Formats: sequence, structure tokens, C-alpha cells
Amino acid sequence: MISSAYIAWRYLVFNKARSATLVACVSLIAVLPFTLELLLNESERQLLSRAETTPLLVGAKGSALDLVMNSLYLDDQVPELVSTQVNDEVSESGLASPIPLYVRFQARGFPIVGTTLDYFDFRELKIREGRSLALLGECVLGSAAAESLGLNPGDRLLSSPETVFDLAGIYPLNMKVVGVLERSHSADDVAVFVDVKTAWVIEGLVHGHADLLKVRDSTLIMERTDQNVTATAKLTQYTEIDEQNIGSFHFHGEPEVYPLTAVIALPADAKSGTILRGRYVTDDKTTQIVEPTEVIDGLLQNIFRVKNIIDSVIFVVGLAAVLALVLVFALSLRLRQRELNTVFRLGCSRYTIMRLLGAEIAIILIVSAALVASVAGVVSYYDEQLVRVLFVN
Amino acid sequence: MIGIDSLRFQYPSSDFHLDIADFQVADGEKVAVIGPSGSGKTTMLNLIAGILIPDAGDVTVNGIAVNELSDAKRRDFRITNVGFVFQDFELIDYLSVLDNILHPYRISSALVLTGQVRARAIVLAEGLGLGGKLHRNVTQLSQGEKQRAAICRALLANPKVILADEATGNLDPRNKGHILDALFEGVQAHGTSLVAVTHDHELLPRFDRVIDFQSFRAGDET
Repeated sequence: MISSAYIAWRYLVFNKARSATLVACVSLIAVLPFTLELLLNESERQLLSRAETTPLLVGAKGSALDLVMNSLYLDDQVPELVSTQVNDEVSESGLASPIPLYVRFQARGFPIVGTTLDYFDFRELKIREGRSLALLGECVLGSAAAESLGLNPGDRLLSSPETVFDLAGIYPLNMKVVGVLERSHSADDVAVFVDVKTAWVIEGLVHGHADLLKVRDSTLIMERTDQNVTATAKLTQYTEIDEQNIGSFHFHGEPEVYPLTAVIALPADAKSGTILRGRYVTDDKTTQIVEPTEVIDGLLQNIFRVKNIIDSVIFVVGLAAVLALVLVFALSLRLRQRELNTVFRLGCSRYTIMRLLGAEIAIILIVSAALVASVAGVVSYYDEQLVRVLFVN
Repeated sequence: MIGIDSLRFQYPSSDFHLDIADFQVADGEKVAVIGPSGSGKTTMLNLIAGILIPDAGDVTVNGIAVNELSDAKRRDFRITNVGFVFQDFELIDYLSVLDNILHPYRISSALVLTGQVRARAIVLAEGLGLGGKLHRNVTQLSQGEKQRAAICRALLANPKVILADEATGNLDPRNKGHILDALFEGVQAHGTSLVAVTHDHELLPRFDRVIDFQSFRAGDET
């Protein structure tokens, strides 16, 4: 058997291009369903584990999937907004504790999650370096975001404008990084956490600028009355919050109508959860309450339905490829007829010839299997990130 | 020793038939077989090697009735008792010179590849001027070198019989002489019988006996 393997190996090495093509074909046929299975299993795990730990979500009526994907997986598809009043309603109901979420902005490609410190407790997020959020304008980075951005506590991170053409709208905020979280193997690893008020600063609802009562530059003042001072567009807003200007930051409008993307509701018990859900089953409500597991189950069913179709397609393509490989092998046997006649005349049995060919096939399969295993290993190692890139985001 | 007695052979789908009443080759004897193409020279070699089975009569090599052996035993007989040298060398192009020489040992359980066999192969190859090219691929060899490698392969198992089918047919005149020298040296060293089909009449004087196959089949022997 060793001799057969040696001869087969020599043949395959001599015909490198043909062997490499065969290995590539076999590997491709095998690697597709294998990695797809790995990624889908990981996506199922990620999606479900996150959903299962989030009892209820309150958000604007509309796509429940957008609401869940944005709130749980920090997807950049922003759902319809709700006001902080929704947060207050949940709190005042006495049935559940609310955690506000405002996941709308990004900083260098990473989602900015405006929330409260309760979120850290709820998700069991631990600070690895630095400290937690304390002041306006501070941020805490998920481990992957910190690693990718190369930032540490004490560094600065600029929020990204929503669009490059948004000249008159949102000013980028130069946030101070005060902490980095431990790795949580979840979407939180790629998040930039800020206090919800800081998110509103980014939106411009809370802002700071020079005290207009003390400003003496007439080009900055449009109108000054006893009750009111109106500034011109020349007045520069602060884009960085520090100890000197933090006092100048102030709210405009009623804080109870400030926007949120969702509210996580943590019911005291199952009964409270059911009662709370009941309160949202009315047509006149502009808000909805969803159980993330139900939404994700529906999504997974769709994904696996698509996977079944893909599996069938891969099976048919694989079968065609295998038949093509058999044809290639049969044709190569015809090309090698002279060699086979020679070894037969020397005294080689047909069984040995079959063994030689079998060894060639076995080596191709072994090399392909090793290649598939390597790819599967890499995919398995990076499955979290791949799933986030391919399925979640 | 090779013996053919009252042999009759016919290909299943052909009118061609071969009849040999009596043909003997002694141990160490070198016999040249000449004759026109299609006269059955190669068929006779295949019958001696047990590749073909006669319809009637007997073929014996070293006292073994080849035609009475089973398929498996005939293969084992062939690889241990018969060395082949072909016109087109029939080397395996993806193997090195040494691997080609050792090839019979790797394709049959009747031969066991040991360190001694390997050492003998190297000595044999060095003797035929292939010492520095053992690990080269055979495609890198000249025609003469290829045939010398084929002779090494044929001689390595110390066969009782060497069957050479137009072994010098693809070689230039200088190489023809060298190849025949190499073949005769090997044959003489081991007391091996040599049956060589050839069209090179100038080489005939070097053989112990020459058979004109056409007249031989008719009953004469030159």
C-alpha cells in the first residue's frame, strides 16, 4: 500500500497543474456546504443567545425585525424613532425596568450606542481598562472596536456625520474614550457606548456654545432683547466637551420628547411581562412591544428555508462537478493507457492498477479534506466576525 | 531455458494464427528473431511471457509450464522470471531513473523491495553509466540512457529470460552497439536467456543464433 501511495504521489506531483485543479474542485465542492453550515450555526447561536437574554423591546410601530436588529445587533438600519416618553411609560407601569437605547450614529464605522449604565449591568459588560461613563461627551469602547481603532482610555474618537452632505446638520462630537470593555463575544464588542444624553449632543439637541449674555462680538448677535438673545450662524458650537465648557451644554425643547430607537423592558416576572405586552395590543398605539426570540425565530426559519434551497443547489452543482471529475479521471486513464499496458506486461495485476488509481484518488481526497479542514478551521476561528459581517450587519 | 512445443495460437477476432512446432533456447543463450512485421514475433514473446495463452501446445520457462498457471501465478511468474526491454523503452515518465528501475518491486507483491535490492539497482545503474542520473526524471534522459534504464529495470530481479522487442529500434548506430553490449553483459552475468526481436541485421552476428521467423514458422531455422 505504501508503494502504491508513493507511486500515486509521484504521479500527482509530476502533474501538478492537473492535481491542483482536481484538489481545488473537490475542495470547493466540499467547503461550500461545510462553511455555510458552520456560519449558519454560529449565526443561529449569536442571534438566539442575544435574543433570549432580551425579554422585551419597545419601539415604534413598523418593522419588528428592524427594531430587533438595531437594538440587539446594532444594525445600521435605524427603525422609526420613539420618544423618551416611552421609556417613562415603561418605568411608570411598575411592570418592568426600562433601558433606553439610541443606536443611530456611528464613529468611524462603529455604531454609537446611547444608553444608560443599566445597560452594562443588564448585558454583564465589564470594564477591562479605564472606567465607565461618568460625564457628557465620554465613551466606552467594545473590545473589538478598541482593537480595530487602536484606541485606549484617554484617546479621542470623533463621531461620523450621518451623511457627507449634512453641512448644516449634525456636528461631529470629539468624544473622550474613558474605558474599554472586556470581550463579550457579542455585538457589544464592536460598539461605542455613550450616555444617551451624549447621543443627543451628537444629534444637536443638547449643545454648548459661548454664553451669549457675555458675548460682546456684535457679528455673533442677531437680536438682543430683555428676554431673548438670538445668535447668528457665526456662533460656533462646541464639538468637544471638556471641564471648561461642560457647564455650557444645555437642552433645547422638552426632554420627554427626545428621541430613542428602542427601550429594553425588563419585566419583574413573566406575569408582568404578559401584562405589559397586553398594554401594547391596541390599534391606537404608535408603539409596539416585541419579544426578540419570536422575531429571531421567524428570521431563522427564513434563513434555513433559504439554506435548504442553497443546499439543494450545491448538491446538484456538486453532483455535476463530481461527474465532471469522474469524466476527467476516465479521460486521464485513456491518456495513461500506454503506462497501464506497460505495468500490466511487467506483471502488475489489475487489482494493483486499481489500487494505484485508488491511491491517487485517496491522496486528492486527503489533500482536499486537509484544505477544507483548514478553511473550516479559519472560518470557525473567525465565525463570530464573519457572521456579524455577513448576516447581522 | 525456454521451450515451446506444438504451439498453436490465434487471436480471437483475426485470421492470424501462429504455429510453432518446436523452439528451444538454452540458459545463457542469446537468440535473435528476425522477420517481417506482422509475422508473429511479438506474439511469440507475449506467449513466452505468459501475457498470451496458446490455444494448444506448451510454453515452458525454466521448467515451469507457463500456460498451465493461473492468471495471478502467471503475473507473479512474469515479474520474477521475465525481463522486458521494449522499443519505446516504456519507462514511467513521472518517476525518476531509480524509481523506474525499482518499479517492478513496487507493483507486485511477488518481489520485495529491500535495501539490498535498492543497493543492487544503484550498482546496476552505475555499471550502465547512469550513476549520476539516478534521481533525474526519465524525461531528462537521452534515448540511449532511457534504454539503459529500461535494461536495468529488466535485469534487476535476476530474471531467467530477457525478452527484447526491437530494443535498439529507436537508437542511433553508436547507441545500438552500446545497448547491445549492456544487454549482453547483464545476460552473461546472470546466465539469462535472451530472445531479441530485431530488424537490425548488422547486429545479428553478435547473437548465438538467429531465427528468421517467417521461414521458422514454415519449419526451417537459420
